[in-house]
Amino acid sequence: MVTGRSEFLAGVRAELPILLGVIPFGMIYGVLALSAGLPSGAALGMSSIVFAGSAQFVGTQLIGAGTPGIVVVLTTFVVNLRHMLYSASVAPHVRHLRPVWKWLLAYLLTDEAYAVTIIHYNRESDPAHKHWYFLGAGLALWGTWQASTAVGIFLGARVPASWALDFTLALTFIAIVIPALRDRASVAAALSAGVVALLAAGLPYKLGLMLAALTGIVAGVALETLYPSAARVPIAAQGESRNR
Amino acid sequence: MTLWLSILGMGMVTYAIRLSFILLLERVEIPWRVRQALRFVPPAVLSAIIFPELLWPHGALDLSLGNVRLLAGLLAALVAWRTRNVLLTIAVGMGALWILQAIL
Repeated sequence: MVTGRSEFLAGVRAELPILLGVIPFGMIYGVLALSAGLPSGAALGMSSIVFAGSAQFVGTQLIGAGTPGIVVVLTTFVVNLRHMLYSASVAPHVRHLRPVWKWLLAYLLTDEAYAVTIIHYNRESDPAHKHWYFLGAGLALWGTWQASTAVGIFLGARVPASWALDFTLALTFIAIVIPALRDRASVAAALSAGVVALLAAGLPYKLGLMLAALTGIVAGVALETLYPSAARVPIAAQGESRNR
Repeated sequence: MTLWLSILGMGMVTYAIRLSFILLLERVEIPWRVRQALRFVPPAVLSAIIFPELLWPHGALDLSLGNVRLLAGLLAALVAWRTRNVLLTIAVGMGALWILQAIL
């Protein structure tokens, strides 16, 4: 029988493989934040106040370079804008919840928690306790992120750069995105976004990322509109599970 | 002081973004077209991060066989495609990177 507790634990379990990539990434953040000149307290505080890996990396670099606060905040906005699309994506599923749940789950809405949670929400099963799955995945990631950044801050400069631990970020994303490429439209979205990201890599403030993401989305929608396929099934299923 | 204000500002915009549609949706329905577009967000955003990591490793495009990140990333993609195993993908990718770094 599906209970809140069993869903919570299932969410934690689904998050575990991803945590393997998050641990070195968090440690690298801690190491880099100190070398950028941040005090350990601020580097640690950022992990719970901001709680967004890529934005924290960019933020510490900018702060370390003496960038004005307003530019740091605006850059964070651009880097994290993709989370607005995650927010829209999970919104129908958390609509029925009490405000305290919404505010809590929004805080935990990271790339890694979203990736496993949305797959579970789109699965055909009892939707009554699925927010516990979200909470389990989100809290597992939160705890791991806090602990691994703390270890990174503690280790400081003792991790050699030749270990290239930052590469685990790309590997984690590869492991998430490849199995999701189930139809022509998703492949087109991924490829066009990737190519535009390369063409626009020179743009300031990570604007290339946003431009690439928008191009990929438009390409995916265009291809699906031109060649309607079985790809529409998951969307229909999503609607059904919500109406039950 | 300025440092903590910057961190607080970063946290507030991040939280506002994550909260946006979760709160808005109490009043508005997401159109079908938007939901269709959302399906392509993860592949688009993640690829936009992955491609430069593999092909733009040192501030310039590198398509050569000496680009160890590209080779290790392609191998990891093959493992992800065949096994759908996150753990194995990361392990093979990191292992390949370290071996290639030692050889090349």
